[in-house]
Amino acid sequence: MTSIADRIAGPPLAGEAEAPPREAAVAPAESAPAILFPAGGERELRLDLFRGLALWLIFIDHLPPNLLTWFTIRNYGFSDATEIFIFISGYTAAFVYGRAMLESGFVVATARILRRVWQIYVAHVFLFTIFLAEISYVATSFENPLYSEEMGIMDFLKQPDVTIVQALLLRFRPVNMDVLPLYIVLMFFLPLVLWLMKWRADVALALSVALYAVTWQYDLYLTAYPNGFWAFNPFAWQLLFVFGAWCALGGAKRMSRILSSRITLWISFAYLFAAFCVTLTWYWPQLNHLMPRRLEQWMYPINKTDLDVLRFAHFLALAAVTVHFLSRDWPGLKSPWLRPLILCGQHSLEIFCLGVFLAFAGHFLLAEISGGAGMHFVISISGILIMCAAAWLFSWYKRVADKNATRTKGIGGNADMAGGGA
Amino acid sequence: MNSNSGAILGLTMLAGCLTAPPAYAEDAPANCEVRPYLLASESPLPKVADAVKNGRPLDILVVGSRSSTIGTSNALDASAYPGRLQAVLREKLPSVVVNVSLELQIKKTAEEAAGDFVKLLEGKKPVLVVWQTGTVDAMRSIDPDDFRVAVDEGVAALQNAGVDVILMNPQYSPRTETMISAAPYLDNMRVVAQEHDVPLFDRFAIMSYWNDTGDFDLFSASRGLELAKRVHDCLGRALSQFVVNAAHIGPAQQN
Repeated sequence: MTSIADRIAGPPLAGEAEAPPREAAVAPAESAPAILFPAGGERELRLDLFRGLALWLIFIDHLPPNLLTWFTIRNYGFSDATEIFIFISGYTAAFVYGRAMLESGFVVATARILRRVWQIYVAHVFLFTIFLAEISYVATSFENPLYSEEMGIMDFLKQPDVTIVQALLLRFRPVNMDVLPLYIVLMFFLPLVLWLMKWRADVALALSVALYAVTWQYDLYLTAYPNGFWAFNPFAWQLLFVFGAWCALGGAKRMSRILSSRITLWISFAYLFAAFCVTLTWYWPQLNHLMPRRLEQWMYPINKTDLDVLRFAHFLALAAVTVHFLSRDWPGLKSPWLRPLILCGQHSLEIFCLGVFLAFAGHFLLAEISGGAGMHFVISISGILIMCAAAWLFSWYKRVADKNATRTKGIGGNADMAGGGA
Repeated sequence: MNSNSGAILGLTMLAGCLTAPPAYAEDAPANCEVRPYLLASESPLPKVADAVKNGRPLDILVVGSRSSTIGTSNALDASAYPGRLQAVLREKLPSVVVNVSLELQIKKTAEEAAGDFVKLLEGKKPVLVVWQTGTVDAMRSIDPDDFRVAVDEGVAALQNAGVDVILMNPQYSPRTETMISAAPYLDNMRVVAQEHDVPLFDRFAIMSYWNDTGDFDLFSASRGLELAKRVHDCLGRALSQFVVNAAHIGPAQQN
């Protein structure tokens, strides 16, 4: 039986295991670090694996529904790939920059985090440019009278000045481009989170839960342009990110007893099964009469914008079951079959952006070549293959670059470097 | 970001051997079948049933945004779905006087449209109101909670005025899928329909099914009216069958 603690800690070095975070904060130079790293600089491949999986699923979910859509987890429960992505991002970011904060102090770590934020921002702007090109094309070439109403969405093209400035301010965010702005905001506040965590990890988590509760109670949100709100409310989604960070900085280890208990496992299974049954009624509305009305009224709508508690719980249950059955030394992690997924997970920012771009491109192709379900399938598969090839190329380049820069490296390490042993 | 209802085809393919062979809606032309569950509703239309039973005129008011018409005028366009609804219902129910009228609420959100309901129903006294909404709200990304409240209040106002209500959700529009996120609005309309026990005509799922099966290529950039007219014809037929099913109008009263 394995526990989530393995996920970060690996076999801990003697004396490290019980070191509470604050000790490290008091005397970072001498005491053993509170943050436990995998022994021997080994990467935590499970994180890479599941982040890679999340990236594939996000890509498939961004394409119009097709056969492959049925393999994405959102069809079998409440949560979807976004939860996995944000949790693992929080986990790896805390892991990498948490160590940086211990080694080089708050200011340096903050500077490195902000550099990362800048990279993500630039990536977002790059994607926005491509989006603009795509929809300008659609706007000028598409005049189906059936959809004259929907075409009104292009009205913002009449004011490109305002639109572009609003996009730079992250207030104008087209559909499918919501994840990166959320990620930018979360990363921006990471120094504060890490600083709090270094002081008292549990207090940081408690504050995060409190913010989540306040968000629900008082309906906090960020407005968007031209109207509306952020599709992923950062006030609510920070909970997953901070929870990921908390797990990375020793929380997982402390939860290991709860996680390895049979009761947790059975509760998780029961919840996942119940969620599965509920989702079945979405796709077979014939089954809807089996759902108790009272339950429906209490449960619906399941709010994605504010990270519904049902979604969060679903993610927790999934994570608990996954960690239980997939140990960190599962030999399959080294198998060539899972290699593409792991590679994608190791270059998450690049592959995420590529995925969004490919989804746009796929949309475009589907619109131009009406090939039906077969074409759809081909586009989805090719997209995934391109993502894998790109990930492989990035790894190759990184290997070569690292080789050339042997022993001169002092910097490096970003949130993609899960496992910290790059 | 997602459209759950969009992939019914995929499901059917995966579960092909588990489900019974689909029965098709009566008298729909072969090129736009609708899965029967999309035309069934547990929520009743008592006033429609009553009118048909007692041979009273069946006045139907369609309140909708631009997608409820092919042209732009408020007059009933014979080729758009409200006009087709009238024609098909007259065929189906020869013993009843069927009149469909249209109230276009162009570029109005659910909240704005619902504000006019009381005044609207003072002038007309329909038996049934088909309220098509959600598109404008999705395009303007109105807060889904606000949208739900608006639809909720709108339906309540209609019910208080003593009419039957059918809610109709947005069109399936694959070209604008990357720009308009319909899912939260679809979900919230379903919730309101359940709470008020009113039938929901799932236009989105129906059109998405047609697109999946290849009945219609809704990606098409065609500038002509032909596609729009055929889609509206099929929608009108599906809607008329939906009305007949929800009101439990027996074969004796049908043609």
